[in-house]
Amino acid sequence: MKLCLVVDDSRVVRKVARRILEDLGFEVAEAGDGAEALAWARTAMPDVILLDWNMPVMNGLEFLRRLRQEPGGDLARVLFCSVENDLDRIREALDGGACEYIMKPFDGDILASKLTLAGVL
Amino acid sequence: MTPQDRELVARLCAERAGLRVEADRTYLLENRLGPVARREGFASVHDFVCAVRDRDEERLIWAAVEAMSPAETAFFREPQALGCIVAEVLPELARRRDGGPLRLWAAACGAGQEVYSLAMALAEAGPPGVAIEIFASDLCERRLEKAQAGIYSQFEVQRGLSAHRLVEHFEAADEGFALSPRLRQMVRWRRVNLIEDLSRIGKFDLILCRNLMGRLLDEARGRVLANLEEALAPGGWLVLDAEEVVPGLTADSGRPGFFRRSAAARAAA
Repeated sequence: MKLCLVVDDSRVVRKVARRILEDLGFEVAEAGDGAEALAWARTAMPDVILLDWNMPVMNGLEFLRRLRQEPGGDLARVLFCSVENDLDRIREALDGGACEYIMKPFDGDILASKLTLAGVL
Repeated sequence: MTPQDRELVARLCAERAGLRVEADRTYLLENRLGPVARREGFASVHDFVCAVRDRDEERLIWAAVEAMSPAETAFFREPQALGCIVAEVLPELARRRDGGPLRLWAAACGAGQEVYSLAMALAEAGPPGVAIEIFASDLCERRLEKAQAGIYSQFEVQRGLSAHRLVEHFEAADEGFALSPRLRQMVRWRRVNLIEDLSRIGKFDLILCRNLMGRLLDEARGRVLANLEEALAPGGWLVLDAEEVVPGLTADSGRPGFFRRSAAARAAA
């Protein structure tokens, strides 16, 4: 079973994502910001990371930059999941190493489609 | 909607377009006809269907039938088939052709996602130096208008379309994301009812017609297949849903849903 870490400061978003991901067959862990997610990744590197952009303590882009410097951090497939829907921001996330980008709000079909495109479903 | 309303709509769909509409699928009927009824200024779907029955106006009848026609909504719905077309079928067709453009036809293009997926795939990795003309048609005028505009909502661009392709091929628009003019200009559009006489539509090297056959009544399905077969250029391909079986056409063993006219049919033609 693949492990997906959901990184989002909204408990509601984490709960919605968890329900969809579990239905899709993922094991799910949660983090409320980038720093917490980095601690998680150092303990058990997730296969997939669903990553919010704007979060307290450490934002998504900074987390991704630091993740890629961790041992095994280049293997995790990172999908940004943000309210940001500006094409320049999406390009920035992809240039930063994300393999996919989800614009909120999302539903189960969108999440499944993006996980398929990311090659993890 | 009353049972009589649902039966009327099912009958009109069968008569005008050969569509199989099950009259007991109340939710589907109301879901599709609701926006049409509101657009036409009726208080309810029932009022709209009463007007269809009582006024006998072609415009209203077609508004109902078109709304019930299949509407594909995802980009790159079958990426393997698209990849096969771009990487294998078109180069092979181009090699056998002496000059002249390859002509492709998306016969039931809905709101354009499939034909634009093909255009994107061609722009990225199409056979070099080969002129390609893409035609797209649908029964539904409103869907064609949307397709021609090439503007899709945030939800639509997240179904099947990768973020890389989104930033590569789309621009920001007021109501979502607009496909680049370069890709939109690759496609020519026309409203076509596939059960009508299509003998003047021309010949095509590849015809895509997916997500439709299963929605047609048996007789209409036969007529549509005969029309599409007739529109195939010599050596051309008809691409249907992977599970389709078509008497009279030869299926490609390695490519589910890909058909060619049989040698006997080609000889007879």
